[in-house]
Amino acid sequence: MKQHIETLLAQAGNRRDEKTGAISTPIYQTASFRHPALGESTGFDYSRSANPTRQALEETLATLDGGIRGFAFASGLAAIDTVLHLFKSGDRLIVTEDLYGGTFRLFEKVFRPFGIEAVYVDTSDLDSVKKAIQQPGIKGFFVETPTNPLLKIADIRALCALARPLGILTLVDNTFLTPVFQRPLELGADIAIYSATKYLAGHNDVVAGAVTVKSTILAEQLAFYQNAIGGILGPQDAWLTLRGLKTLSLRVHQQQDNALRIATWLTAHPHVRKVYYPGLPHHPGRHILEREQIGPGSMIAFEIDDAARVPAILSGVKVFLFAESLGGVESLITYPAVQTHADIDPATRDRLGINNRLLRLSIGIENVDDLIQDLEAVL
Amino acid sequence: MKLETTLIHSGKDRDPYTGASSIPIYQTSTFAQPDPEHPGPYDYARSGNPTREALEHSIAVLEGGSTGLAFASGVAATSSVLLLFKPGDHLIVGNDIYGGTYRILTTLFTRWKLDFSFVDSTNPEAVRKAITPATKAIFVESPANPLLTITNLRAMVEIARAHNLLAIIDNTFMTPYLQRPLELGFDIVIHSATKFLGGHSDLIAGLAVTRDETLGRHLKAIHNTFGAILGPQDSWLVQRGIRTLGVRLEAQQKSAGQIALWLQSHPAVKKVFYPGLPEHPGHGIHVRQADGAGAVLSFELADKACVLRLLATAKLALPAVSLGGVESILSYPAMMSHAAMPREERLFRGITDGLVRLSVGLEAPDDLMNDLESALSKK
Repeated sequence: MKQHIETLLAQAGNRRDEKTGAISTPIYQTASFRHPALGESTGFDYSRSANPTRQALEETLATLDGGIRGFAFASGLAAIDTVLHLFKSGDRLIVTEDLYGGTFRLFEKVFRPFGIEAVYVDTSDLDSVKKAIQQPGIKGFFVETPTNPLLKIADIRALCALARPLGILTLVDNTFLTPVFQRPLELGADIAIYSATKYLAGHNDVVAGAVTVKSTILAEQLAFYQNAIGGILGPQDAWLTLRGLKTLSLRVHQQQDNALRIATWLTAHPHVRKVYYPGLPHHPGRHILEREQIGPGSMIAFEIDDAARVPAILSGVKVFLFAESLGGVESLITYPAVQTHADIDPATRDRLGINNRLLRLSIGIENVDDLIQDLEAVL
Repeated sequence: MKLETTLIHSGKDRDPYTGASSIPIYQTSTFAQPDPEHPGPYDYARSGNPTREALEHSIAVLEGGSTGLAFASGVAATSSVLLLFKPGDHLIVGNDIYGGTYRILTTLFTRWKLDFSFVDSTNPEAVRKAITPATKAIFVESPANPLLTITNLRAMVEIARAHNLLAIIDNTFMTPYLQRPLELGFDIVIHSATKFLGGHSDLIAGLAVTRDETLGRHLKAIHNTFGAILGPQDSWLVQRGIRTLGVRLEAQQKSAGQIALWLQSHPAVKKVFYPGLPEHPGHGIHVRQADGAGAVLSFELADKACVLRLLATAKLALPAVSLGGVESILSYPAMMSHAAMPREERLFRGITDGLVRLSVGLEAPDDLMNDLESALSKK
């Protein structure tokens, strides 16, 4: 019998410590493991290669995504960096254009000099993607959906159908939705990537990354790169991420309920010009959401009428914290143009709609009336 | 602010120095002093630690008290509270008190000439009759462990006020999310924070809150003198647990209600004890003093053999002591929480050899019922 995701989450990492029966996975704060005898191993030799605490997390991640293997990294960017080592000089990737600024920086400042080129496309527009794959050397799709910060939705099934016959790998950054709301591997993607700092760990107290795959070949390649590059997650943070996962389903459902209320409220506010939230009935990605996602998540972007108001909003909020990051139990407000997307040139930002009137909200699990009152007071 | 918001923003949970959204873990024993004539706010971590203080502040705010204190375990909190009394003082203690508390009283404090009577606190008249000139306090649990008996808290406060007694309650089963005894007039609330407050079966901790500041100062002096304080790492983890207390308890309570109804109609189950059931003897009182029935229930099977078979066969609910975690736990009071109590005494309290306690976790309730069903129907 396949268990529900709530059950898998609540019991993540249980029943692993045979010796003591400890319900919570032990934190193996060790670098090395004693060998029983020459040429023998317990399965653990050196913690960079494998650590029992990290393994509990990695196996959980794989199960949640319906994959065969999971990997935990020191950060979301360490995860992406490791995955991008699957490509070689001369390869091109089609990349979602309103991409997380850190991933953009990684592509432009680190991988482009090595001859790996990102071709930025609106991946929510299938025709643009079809046009872009005519270029020579396309070996991968790197898709964020919903995108950051404009919450555009890509059709993962359709993209995978395009990619597969051409031998193109599809990589999906599933940070915003998590396996509770979207399972890219089940929709056909080859690799799912997460900044586990966000919803997976969920308490704004860990920096971590995760990757899941469903093919043996990719699993072996990534295991090799994880060990060779070494951007692994430490045992304490692996354990905290595992602890965070136990309440993932509860948190993201509550956050989503709150987000829908707030997005609806913002839509009617006189100083708000535009609200980007896939849970709203007229969101352009709504039909894809209904086919491929279980829920729209809890990220909202909105445009106010006057950029001059922004400083007062950011310093006036009392419940929302003015901080980067997202996905935690506490609500955060971010100014994408100067924070998360500062590395994207101003012309591109403007074209995409990431202008200086745009604010992004990550909705937490506070009481929704308190959140609305807080926004009301500053708007 | 509503409770869901206070769980996340209680006031001292941000770092004033760096703005970190999570309070730092101050893993330090001592604090450098600027100048001996003007000592800083912290000197030695037993007396005060900023991480522990954030938690102590949270629990005080949530319970609506003046002073919160964090202890190394629930029984450390109880023992410290009992040190408020002196030899010759008499306490009235609820019959259904937790086995660990029973043990402290009958093995430790009795040698220090603290006198006590165990009384059926569900009967206010019995409590009133037990008062002697030496009586100084009433100490109850509601719902009590493991039969979930309900004590009328307002009636206890009335008796305590009339006779100048301290009213003390162990609020572990409810947490301030569901029941706030200080608001009803109690003087001291005690928690095993190991349970719902920590919530992840991964730490041992106790908390105490006083309504009155003077009483708080006395208890704080004992806290510092006796020194059974909670360490910074565990303080931080309890605080992290509290952030999801609301969403966890809501989900656990909902599942518990469903499972209680299902068990009630099961042929192998003789009786179900759960305050959310209308036929539960204390149901009427409970709904007037608490916001929900919680997530712990007990049920009675035919005999010890049936219980042992259930514990051996259940695959999902873990056979273990403790409760309140994200994972469901089945326990056998006769051999676990009440093992310290003589058999006659135990049977007199209705804790039979067929009684099982279930702490309902976050697994999908269907998975839990399927698991219990296959375990209960096994011959």
